[in-house]
Amino acid sequence: MRSGDFVEARRRLEAKPRIGAEKLTTLAEAVRRVKDGDHIAIGGCLFSRTPLALLSEVLRQGRRGLTLSRNLMCYEGEWFMAAGAVEAVVTSWFGIGLPWGLSRIMREEVESGRIRYEEWSHLALGLRYRAAAMGVPFLPTLTMLGSDLMGIADARTMACPFTGETLCLVPALFPDVAVLHVHRADRFGNCQIDGYPHMDPDIARAATTVLVTAEEIIPEDEIRRHPDRTVIPGLVVDAVVEVPYGAFPHECYGLYEADVSHFDAYVAAITEKGSQAIREYLDRYVYGARSHREYLALFGDEALARQCRAARELV
Amino acid sequence: MSYSASELLAVMAARQLAGVGSVFAGVGIPLLSAALAQKTCAPHLIIVVEGGSIGPEVIPGRLPISTNEMRVAHRAQMLPSITDTFLFAQRGSLDVGFVGGAQIDRYGNLNSSIVGPREHPKVRLPGSGGANDIISLCRQVIVVTLHERRRFVPQVDFVTSPGFLGGGDSRRKAGLLFGSVSRVVTNLGIFGFDAESKAMRLEALHPGVSVGDVTANTGFELLIPERVATTEPPSEGELALLRSLDPDRRFL
Repeated sequence: MRSGDFVEARRRLEAKPRIGAEKLTTLAEAVRRVKDGDHIAIGGCLFSRTPLALLSEVLRQGRRGLTLSRNLMCYEGEWFMAAGAVEAVVTSWFGIGLPWGLSRIMREEVESGRIRYEEWSHLALGLRYRAAAMGVPFLPTLTMLGSDLMGIADARTMACPFTGETLCLVPALFPDVAVLHVHRADRFGNCQIDGYPHMDPDIARAATTVLVTAEEIIPEDEIRRHPDRTVIPGLVVDAVVEVPYGAFPHECYGLYEADVSHFDAYVAAITEKGSQAIREYLDRYVYGARSHREYLALFGDEALARQCRAARELV
Repeated sequence: MSYSASELLAVMAARQLAGVGSVFAGVGIPLLSAALAQKTCAPHLIIVVEGGSIGPEVIPGRLPISTNEMRVAHRAQMLPSITDTFLFAQRGSLDVGFVGGAQIDRYGNLNSSIVGPREHPKVRLPGSGGANDIISLCRQVIVVTLHERRRFVPQVDFVTSPGFLGGGDSRRKAGLLFGSVSRVVTNLGIFGFDAESKAMRLEALHPGVSVGDVTANTGFELLIPERVATTEPPSEGELALLRSLDPDRRFL
């Protein structure tokens, strides 16, 4: 598909059956919809509401040749690199967080030329998803102009047909698959998010296939009682799975805070052992855990409870 | 009164916000500066954080380490999407943006993407994040950075965030109609840009810093006026307020 090919993207949506059907399924079934070579857009932002349960399942199922997009990419990007599952990342920032410095794994993979890093500004990438969500081929913006980002990304300039001023045009980004974690959904895939929406509502509308994990599946009547809180309608969702702590050890607003001590240990292991540390991490937390329940058991109930208490103090 | 380079930076950056209505601030020193300004020279300052938080309050002792976590949502006025947050800047509602970068050049261009050649980078840095948008869209931008020779380079390897590009009116010619880099605040002094050439100019030295200290730590020729002002050192009150926000010295 060409950049911004809105006609093809619309045909793909129109070809999908059963908009109103029940979407409730399992992680494994949901992720079977992902194909080798797909472009996967990841919801949440950095270590906030990252759909880690879905991403781990994509790795377990051994998909290859993927492109990942996310405006702030956290260590899930390192996992896909270490697993040899990804060819390109489309992002505006790649790291774990300020205290941990640069991502050593990303540096090795990108500096050696094994992974293509396509950089956009935050707003430009956000507008690419939004253009796709709007079903149009591009959006004009006043950002990125004059910078070298114009040279490495497929942005164009044009003279505004109304005012003559120079505009930056960013092409719509239509991901094959969106993976998102939300606070609650019903069995038809109507989703509600508390706190930061990040780019999730746009990503859900931009993608062809939308896979969602929810902390909680609630009755349809509950959604209908508060429809103003629904930010992703079931009509754009393909699969929804109930996965409590589906973003852990990343945060889920109001429910659990990010487990920073886990990130400390993760980065310390990489500092000591390099990419071997990630392979060991994946063996333990991704391939070694057959379900999200087994994965959470590796952290232990006390860690979960502690992060829940910390979250309640903040909101 | 002794203080660290970070504390000096935070106080000097906070003073730049006197009378300002809204500031786009990143985590770390910029957010601490903004919070300090609220308590001193800008009581009605609205802090905007790029992860999608308008008007959050900083919780002393519980500083965020990213722009989009619960700690930056505390008592916020609104939590818009990231895209919409930046659109407030594009529309013109944000008075000042704070940015930094690994490299800065004489025209205030910043690099946080690639050191070395583009095809085979020597160092692949994290990337723009919102820095490009902030410098392109806010009404004014203040660069806050430590002053080191390897940072203050004649020409950045990669323009992640455009300052005055090649100087003169090249920024406007590229289509950047609004905003500009108005100040660079470092641990050595305060810098501005010449109205015509847009080359960086020394405006004030911090207490105890000489012109020689500045030129020795700058990799390009700065414009140096005949008489240079000296800033007021951080006051005890400013430092006490600042330290109360970050009692564990995670950023200071």
